Amino acid sequence: MSNKRYVARSTAIAARALGDETMVMSATNSTLFTLDQVATVIWEAVDGMTPLDEIVANKVCTQFDVSQEVALQDAEDVVAELAEHGLVTISDQPIAQTNVQGAAQTKGTSA
Amino acid sequence: MPGVKAATERSDVVVEIGGLPIRLRSGNPDFLRLIEERYAGYVSTSDHASFEFDVELAPPDTESGDEDLQVTWNSGRWLMERGDFRAVFDPATARGRIEQTINPFSLDSVLRIVHTLLLSKKGGFLVHASSAIRNGRAFLFSGVSGAGKTTMARLAPPDAALLTDEISYVIPQDGRYLAVGTPFFGELARVGENLRAPIEAVYLLAKGPENKIEPIEGADAVRGLMGNILFFAKDPEFVKLVFDAAFDFASRVPIRRLMFTPDARVWELIV
Repeated sequence: MSNKRYVARSTAIAARALGDETMVMSATNSTLFTLDQVATVIWEAVDGMTPLDEIVANKVCTQFDVSQEVALQDAEDVVAELAEHGLVTISDQPIAQTNVQGAAQTKGTSA
Repeated sequence: MPGVKAATERSDVVVEIGGLPIRLRSGNPDFLRLIEERYAGYVSTSDHASFEFDVELAPPDTESGDEDLQVTWNSGRWLMERGDFRAVFDPATARGRIEQTINPFSLDSVLRIVHTLLLSKKGGFLVHASSAIRNGRAFLFSGVSGAGKTTMARLAPPDAALLTDEISYVIPQDGRYLAVGTPFFGELARVGENLRAPIEAVYLLAKGPENKIEPIEGADAVRGLMGNILFFAKDPEFVKLVFDAAFDFASRVPIRRLMFTPDARVWELIV
């Protein structure tokens, strides 16, 4: 069994880079998240097909002074939190983008 | 020869906010009068309307409590439901239907939602903010309930034209953003003046021991603005449109923090 982890962004989000940060809004509950510089690198690299450890080795460790072990743990924490809010999907198999969806309809706020 | 002309009973009222005329049809003349009074200053004298809603009035005891609002996109139509109303809007035909009891508040909520949906396609949005025009420029004072939106409106000097004390209407035009008057009011219980002007700045309100303005940059500015924009619908396309509009707005219009004490001197800073 593969211990690789694949991460894909949800389609039910809106995202924009602003300087070194990225702002991501969940379309399911309109919650706004701000990703710092490292999280932004991970966010931009996750494509559902590249394993997370490769992203960390090739994108994070090459740009930031951090060991692979520490960076990978941090990356796993980041994607776990993003997944908790429905912003990404995590799988031990490559993820086709067409399989990534997000709930679109929930209760709103008062008018 | 003297004649007798029968008075024609009206069957609709056209309410025009932000340049979007919406025809509201009802068979109940009392309700139509209520609309005309509630939206005084925004009732169009033209018969033209871009959108039409039939309003079906239900008996007063048919409201179902404090149900949360739901706005959903389903089979090409927007569905809007709360305990006191149910509405359907088909953008393709520009027609809709509202079921509610005879009160102005349900209709007000539906109009806010419909304008939010329509504005998103134009790159505009509604935001929790009071706003006023002074010297030909519009200023927005944004914040959550209790932040001071109505207080800033009450403290406005005589030369300021109040657009709203509750919900500001923002539309893009020719590379800039305009604030437009609305009848959507808060504690002030007064419709805004039906005027428009380019937005000079947005002030995020914070009550404090002194009057002070601080710039807000980058992500903090966007976050502050987004926190007060109305997001009724949780549809991904709608959220993306409003999200992009907020980013574009924040890149063009200064967003500042206004700490203020509740007296008229705060307006000395708003120039």
